[in-house]
Amino acid sequence: MQRRVAIIGVGYTPFRPITPDMSFKEMMFEAAQKAYEDAGVCPRKDIDAFVTCEEDFTHGRSIFNIHTPDNIGAVMKRIHTLPAESLYGLADAFMLINTGLVDVMAVESHSKASNMLTPDYLVAHAMDPVYNKPLGYNPYFIAGMEMNRYLHDSGVTREQCALVSVKNRANALLNPDAAYGDRIAMDDVLESETMFWPLNRLDMSSPADGGIVMVVACEEKARDLCDKPVWVRGVGWCSDAPSLETREWGEAVYARLAGEMAYRVAGVTNPRIEVDFAEVDDTFTYKELQHLEALKLCAPGQAGFMVEEGATQREGAFPVNVSGGSLGVGRLDEATGLQKVLEVVLQLRGEAGPRQLEDVSVGLAQSWRGVPANSGAVAILSNE
Amino acid sequence: MRKVAVVGAGMTKFMRRAQETGKELAWETAKLALDSCELTVKDVDCVVMGTAPDAFDMVHMKHEYLSDGAGAWRKPYVRGVLGGGTGVFTACQAWYHVASGMFDVCLAVTEEKMSSCLPHPQGAFVTCWDQFTESPLGTSLLWFFAWEMNRYMTSHGITEREIALVSVKNKKNALHHPCAQLPGEITVDDVMKSEIMAWPVKRLDVSPTSDGAAVLVFASEEVAKRITDRPVWVQGVGWCLDTMYIGQRDLYYPKYVEYAARMAYDMAGIKDPRREIDIAEPYDPFSYKELHHGEGLLLCDKGEAVRLLVDGETQKTGRQPWCPSGGALGVGNAIAATGVMKVAELFWQLRGEAGERQVPGRPRRGVAQAWGDEMQVGTVVVLGV
Amino acid sequence: MSEKIKSWPGTPLGEKEIKEKRILVTEWQPNLKYAWDTGAGYGRDFAELKKGKIVGTKCNKCRRTLLPARLFCEWCFRTADEWVYLKDTGTVNTFSVAYTGTAAERLKVPRIPALIEIDGSGGVAIMHLISDVDPWKVKIGMKVKAVWKPKQKREGAITDIDYWKPI
Repeated sequence: MQRRVAIIGVGYTPFRPITPDMSFKEMMFEAAQKAYEDAGVCPRKDIDAFVTCEEDFTHGRSIFNIHTPDNIGAVMKRIHTLPAESLYGLADAFMLINTGLVDVMAVESHSKASNMLTPDYLVAHAMDPVYNKPLGYNPYFIAGMEMNRYLHDSGVTREQCALVSVKNRANALLNPDAAYGDRIAMDDVLESETMFWPLNRLDMSSPADGGIVMVVACEEKARDLCDKPVWVRGVGWCSDAPSLETREWGEAVYARLAGEMAYRVAGVTNPRIEVDFAEVDDTFTYKELQHLEALKLCAPGQAGFMVEEGATQREGAFPVNVSGGSLGVGRLDEATGLQKVLEVVLQLRGEAGPRQLEDVSVGLAQSWRGVPANSGAVAILSNE
Repeated sequence: MRKVAVVGAGMTKFMRRAQETGKELAWETAKLALDSCELTVKDVDCVVMGTAPDAFDMVHMKHEYLSDGAGAWRKPYVRGVLGGGTGVFTACQAWYHVASGMFDVCLAVTEEKMSSCLPHPQGAFVTCWDQFTESPLGTSLLWFFAWEMNRYMTSHGITEREIALVSVKNKKNALHHPCAQLPGEITVDDVMKSEIMAWPVKRLDVSPTSDGAAVLVFASEEVAKRITDRPVWVQGVGWCLDTMYIGQRDLYYPKYVEYAARMAYDMAGIKDPRREIDIAEPYDPFSYKELHHGEGLLLCDKGEAVRLLVDGETQKTGRQPWCPSGGALGVGNAIAATGVMKVAELFWQLRGEAGERQVPGRPRRGVAQAWGDEMQVGTVVVLGV
Repeated sequence: MSEKIKSWPGTPLGEKEIKEKRILVTEWQPNLKYAWDTGAGYGRDFAELKKGKIVGTKCNKCRRTLLPARLFCEWCFRTADEWVYLKDTGTVNTFSVAYTGTAAERLKVPRIPALIEIDGSGGVAIMHLISDVDPWKVKIGMKVKAVWKPKQKREGAITDIDYWKPI
């Protein structure tokens, strides 16, 4: 890479189960205003390009990017939309800045999940239209099948998975912006309704609303504008087989390959030692464990023991999802990946308030696109 | 800035309804494009997908479903969208994947399967506009074009008959395109007599809805020089969006296209596009749009495009051919794939491989442009040899 | 390469193949429902429409009236300064005579969608429909006035204005 890239500003609205007081436009505006204020930039003068991450059907508008430029100050400027998980937006900005074409970019994503009244049908609409969709199943059976296979292959137990839910919801109590903070016990998870066996209700995250904007800049601009730049040292993304018939069910191959790419770009050779903490996808409890293994953040087959021993607690040796993760904060549709990045940025800047980690300099954020997709992205961030 | 070349291209026939699924269309075209430059999927470092709204294929997150067809299995893969401007933007996106230094070979796949949407893909567009102030009126896509065409004609005193010449020219050019859906020898009278869709737009002013795919292979300078003697360089890219509040601006001129064009020309070092560009592929989903966009691309003064057309300067044998491919009006309009079809046309023309469509005089530089959203996107690519 | 490629992929189908069931299709009716929050900007706008009034907001920096009414100016990227009441009369900026409906079906009676510059807004237009007139007599620059739905039928939506007619 020719250029170093840094996150120089973040802005977001609180993550809430419903947000009837604002339209998606007003939500985007609020998050953007805060991010530009944080970065000390004027979007109309200082930002060269914008990228937003939103899926059409999630928002109920075809070609959603029609609705984006006005709300983030991008009118008559370079702006494009990725119908993708928002970590891809950060990767996109990383690439564009590295071409030398632009110096300062904004990345936006938001969730208005509460406005989508038939979310399970929405996910069903993502299935293979010829082969799988006509079966008419609630598509989350895929997560149940995957969990079953993962537990079978790895030896991880349902109890260990339940502890992820306990940990993340407790972490969220220290995050004033999280929607689903709670103090629960392992048995609460194990005794909650079976949804898609072995997946119980409290193994699953719930949707939340919220908008996030980040300002990303090349090194020169970052040093010029910002006292506490957070460097994007590496990004990686990958798609594994989309079809249910040909995919790996036990291993998160997409996360392994995206991680390998990000480590290569960042020059990380031993992630377990070089990375201090992580925010990984925890749409479902088992996903956090599956992703930790795929990202080589624990020894193979050890993710279950890690959570059992408390190593991934906020006070543990390798804190995971200190923000509360999707289980505690809420699942923010496409904005989920940026919420992970947001937490890493706040921690690395020392601005995480009561949940601040001590002595952290390298953090990892990872996202997964959600059922029924088989793809995801990774970013490695550092304050040095 | 790292130099990036287009080294291969392929496309399917454009048709009203394809037997193949979107995934199959993507696969066949990706294979064809890779074969054309003697690469295999193993040589591909990353894939970008361009496909406009999910509402056409009727699959939520359709890029995820299409990924293996696009050759992206276990590769970095992402999709970009700029409405109708998606196709040309996909080329911009592939450019920056390689120009960033992160990848050497990028496959840019575009696919559209509009026939999946019943009763007619036009219906999908009603879900585009502002859900509070626009869609409740029963808004049709055609209204926007009719408004813009009316405003454009009235502002410059252009007639419907003059604009009809665009359809005549492009459908004729398409006679020589092997993938064309609606080529033909038609007259201005045919256009004038075709049924009124939304006045002043008539049936023969409109491009058809299409199924189809188009693919380009992008490579870094080092790789390009290794695999071909005739790389076609990406000299400039630009994209720009105007406000979505349509009543807040004047439709007579596409300023966003001008901004996008200026970005691309600056990058390419073009000072006088009228002289320095040999062929143009402005986006022509509707007949007047070619003229409107030609002006936005600064290929003539505002309101003057029609004079170039009437004088024959934009014919295949004219001074600066516009839409030698046959454009969306002749070849068909598989939204995102049409944008890439236009870039592929430049690729073939600049390499002298366009067969019967080849424009005379060894063109050295061309511009392709697409447009989209709520009359608000301009995407521009300049290629040269 | 156009010259080198001898055969181009793709198998075109016509109505016949489908009608005769020579190819198979799977049908799917998506069940997608949304309830979008209008927020404060459009929320106030629609509440005023219910009362029979058209409002906009104003940005004192660029001095533009913002229509439809919204909380912030996209050009200056700042919060709008004030609400302004506008007249329910305007000028036709551009229009069409539409013989096709939303799904490209043929309409017997054409509709006349138009962009109407609202009086007092400095030339800013909203999207709406003209009616109660011979379509071929409509001209750019024509003055029009809103025809409101009866009070009890208004629901706080853009359709509370039934249509616009020439003055």
